[in-house]
Amino acid sequence: MDFTLKIWRQEGPQAVGHMATYQVTDISDEMSFLEMIDVLNDQLVRSGDEPVAFDHDCREGICGMCSMFINGEAHGPNRLTTTCQLHMRSFKNGETITIEPWRAAAFPVIRDLVVDRSSMDRIIQSGGYVSVNTNGNTVDANALPIPKPAADEAFEAAVCIGCGACVATCKNASAMLFVAAKVSQLALLPQGQPERTARVEGMVEQMDLEGFGNCTNTGACEVECPMGISLDHIARMNRDYLTAKVANKG
Amino acid sequence: MAKSGLLSSSLAKKYAMAATGLFLCLFLVGHLVGNLQLFISGEAGREAFNVYAHFMVSNPAVKLLSYLTYLSILFHAVDGFVLTKLNRKARPVSYAVEKPSENSSWMSRNMMVLGTIMLVFIVVHMQNFWWQMHFGAMPIQVVDGVELHDLYTVVYAFFNPAESMALLSLALYVAAMFAVGFHLWHGFSSSFQSLGLRHAKYTPIIRFFGRAFAVVVPGLFAAVVVYIYLIQA
Repeated sequence: MDFTLKIWRQEGPQAVGHMATYQVTDISDEMSFLEMIDVLNDQLVRSGDEPVAFDHDCREGICGMCSMFINGEAHGPNRLTTTCQLHMRSFKNGETITIEPWRAAAFPVIRDLVVDRSSMDRIIQSGGYVSVNTNGNTVDANALPIPKPAADEAFEAAVCIGCGACVATCKNASAMLFVAAKVSQLALLPQGQPERTARVEGMVEQMDLEGFGNCTNTGACEVECPMGISLDHIARMNRDYLTAKVANKG
Repeated sequence: MAKSGLLSSSLAKKYAMAATGLFLCLFLVGHLVGNLQLFISGEAGREAFNVYAHFMVSNPAVKLLSYLTYLSILFHAVDGFVLTKLNRKARPVSYAVEKPSENSSWMSRNMMVLGTIMLVFIVVHMQNFWWQMHFGAMPIQVVDGVELHDLYTVVYAFFNPAESMALLSLALYVAAMFAVGFHLWHGFSSSFQSLGLRHAKYTPIIRFFGRAFAVVVPGLFAAVVVYIYLIQA
């Protein structure tokens, strides 16, 4: 298969970027999208050009690194699929494919397709954890009974890989689905209860400080999320935040 | 831990949007019930509507509700502008290629545009009728010895085909009702989501009711005006 690629090139965070056009030929339809970029980069290196910088790690759909906005959609045209799990058979031979980095004020471009997603790390640091006393008398997590439906629903939130597709897709660059998944996951479990109100307050506050946009309930994030995380979690966070603010008289 | 107050957070702005939006849905129902009396023709209709209109401007409870409505409209609009500005700031560089229709409805992405159309409509609409009712030189109808402003006659005259502007007014009114309908199509159920009211069983019902509301309420508003125009043609 042959493709024309239009890729965002930007030398550094302060540099002015532009779309560059490349041709790739003899691409196997069984290649993943990242392998296709590998072929392009091999071609670029051989001709003495700078390869396209892009984030990737596990290449099996669980690490959340492969952030690419492909033909107007986060992680490309397929549902419930990360870029590394997207195969070239999903495209038509001869097609022009536009590849852009995630676009958000909270995700500044580092180089080419690589963006800085540490804003999400700072949101997690603002409450996305449970504090466990590790003085030697740590209680085994499995010793605490958890109702099966709660465990299942918490797991549906916990599958979030923090890729940022929700932010990239949202017309407001809102991180609500990500933050909600992290809030919801712990709000559903007994271990998460002691810090429940402080968690939601802290994480929402950090989300706002990082410059993410506001949720307008378009539902685009849920559709584009490679892990299929539901808007149910956003509603739970909305509920928890209101409860927290009322309870804390803040 | 969290230092920000409730009102400064992004979520609170959404709670305010939802609460004022839902309150304005109630206002729409109240307004519509009044307007439906315009379907009654002749003296009976004229008296019913004018007595109702007089009640709406004189009853203290209604007065309080109307101030709440003005405040809600203002707050909903200002909050909407603020949110839109923040949201634009959150994506300073836009994408070269976007396929928003793949993952979201047109209405949900254009609430600001629809809201702006509605705001312009509200200003024009209030100038046409509210201002006349309160401050204009109105024809008078006397019912039980009370002098009533004859809003019924004013409305019928406004949409009388003999008036040169009537057809344009009618078209703009109907267009504005489309904006209301599209806005409500997303807005009604969206408010419940913003307030965290989501439920496996009830959310589909809320969504259905919201969409029915979005069709029926603006539809009836438009029907009243179209009826007034056609019956005088």
